[in-house]
Amino acid sequence: MLDLIQPTTGYIKSNNIKVSESEDWKPFTSAFIDESFLIGYLTAEEYFYFIGELRGQNKADVDKLVSQFEDFFHGEILDQKKYLRDLSKGNQKKAGIVAALIGNPEVIILDEPFANLDPTTQIRLKGIVKNLAEKQGVTVLISSHDLMHVTDVCERIVVLEKGEIVKDLATSEATLKELEAHFSETQVV
Amino acid sequence: MSVKPLLTLPIKRKSVVNFVLRKSALSFINFLPLFAIIPFGIKLIANDYKASTVLVWMFVIVLITLINNFLNFIIESLSAKTELSFLPIIVFVGSLFALNHFNILNIAKLLSNGVTAITKNPILVIIPILTLIGLYVYNFKILRQKLFLDNGLKTKVKEVNASNLEWTKNFGDIAPFLQLDLKLIWRNKRTKSSAFLVLIGLLYGLFFYPQPTYQNMPWFFMFIGVFSTGIFLINFGQFIPAWDSGYYKLLMSQNIKYEQYLKSKFTLMAVSVVILFVLGIPYVYFGWKILLAHFAATIYNIGVNTHVILYGGAFNRKKIDLSQKAAFNYQGTGAVQWLIGIPLLLLPMGLFALFYFLIGFEIACLILAIMGVIGIVFHQKLMNTITQKYIESKHKMISAFDQNN
Repeated sequence: MLDLIQPTTGYIKSNNIKVSESEDWKPFTSAFIDESFLIGYLTAEEYFYFIGELRGQNKADVDKLVSQFEDFFHGEILDQKKYLRDLSKGNQKKAGIVAALIGNPEVIILDEPFANLDPTTQIRLKGIVKNLAEKQGVTVLISSHDLMHVTDVCERIVVLEKGEIVKDLATSEATLKELEAHFSETQVV
Repeated sequence: MSVKPLLTLPIKRKSVVNFVLRKSALSFINFLPLFAIIPFGIKLIANDYKASTVLVWMFVIVLITLINNFLNFIIESLSAKTELSFLPIIVFVGSLFALNHFNILNIAKLLSNGVTAITKNPILVIIPILTLIGLYVYNFKILRQKLFLDNGLKTKVKEVNASNLEWTKNFGDIAPFLQLDLKLIWRNKRTKSSAFLVLIGLLYGLFFYPQPTYQNMPWFFMFIGVFSTGIFLINFGQFIPAWDSGYYKLLMSQNIKYEQYLKSKFTLMAVSVVILFVLGIPYVYFGWKILLAHFAATIYNIGVNTHVILYGGAFNRKKIDLSQKAAFNYQGTGAVQWLIGIPLLLLPMGLFALFYFLIGFEIACLILAIMGVIGIVFHQKLMNTITQKYIESKHKMISAFDQNN
């Protein structure tokens, strides 16, 4: 989806742009997939500024955005005088997710954002994602194995099985049950 | 060597340590001397030396190799955590070599006397054997103390003193990458040591220029010139873009121009070449020809070698783990790195030597300088080609950097 792997078949269209053919999707897309999206020898602030600079934001813009997430960081990210590589996995993830929000992206791709986080942060992250989607009109793509969290935040859930779409649901109260039924059935069979 | 998985299994601590030590004795490097010893020993026997004497001699050499192996272990464990750990060793070995060389203390002679004494009187073989056992026991002790799970997991966390590097803004749109590269160099052990290698490269000329033999071989000046002005270029450049392998995916998914990324690397290398040339100006003491050769080498380095090494980087498929220590670390080194050394060093030297013998010293310098100027003039065109090459191999690089080798 980020044109990191060569497609074997088919193509991906983001906002009517084929990602493998043009680079025009980059300005409105951002992502945090795993720790390889972090630069280990920078501090969190330096990392944010670096991403900001790549996305055409100056320091003040970045500071303003990042300051909104102070309670999400729980005082464990900023002003720590620590390199990202020395932070814990959960804190690395927090820094990475916030970095993905820099530069007003319209599409944000997060891979397993809830894993490795403590419950408080998980709940705060859900708040952030909902806020982005509902108030700012941002599309957030989340891939996750956690049915509970997914049904909590997502408006649309797509289940992939071996590369095929097996379910495409608009979330409602019954969705969690339906999903649970689906997965337990396939396990039994 | 990773023993972490062994620590949680029901294996006695003692046997883990023994396993580690014995495994080290069987390393490939320890077998290398055998390739010299065995054929030589056979030849000696064929030449009517007494077989028993030769066998004892071979045995002693193997013992010495093993002693070295375990000695090495001790040195490693003492110095593994600090950077530049190899410097005291180099100084030590260097001074031994110097003592030997200037006949103050003939170590080679002493050693050969020792070995001959043993071959004459095989009972003495007990001395190296005892040394070996002593070293083994000592190693066993220090390793056993260190063998705790949290010892390997614990890492020092240093406070960061961040410098803001505002001056890089003068370089315009490549500034963010330039900052990143400078931080990369200063904040990682491996890159830091390659920055210190620059010193060695700078002083490299001192090995040759004071000796009268080389004074009469002006064609050799070019090699030293290219090497000493280009040491940073070679050291840093050969691992582009592997330095960034840890976060290559990030860079590729961001809205950046590949060209800016590469241009930052280019600028860094070109500036280093100029600085090294300026620092090398004192070599003029050994003759103006040297300065001229160095100047030509500088231009050649900027115009040709930087582009060549960037182009070579497009074929780079080995990742580098920046957190590992630096000295004697060959991670990320592949055939490409060696192949690229040929055009970088040997080609200018060969060309220079050719024109030197055909026409003359000044013309040869001029030709290399002109090649460099041509490279600088076509810089934009060359960069476009190089960028194209990087874009083509983007997916291959990403998947290669993703693998742990």
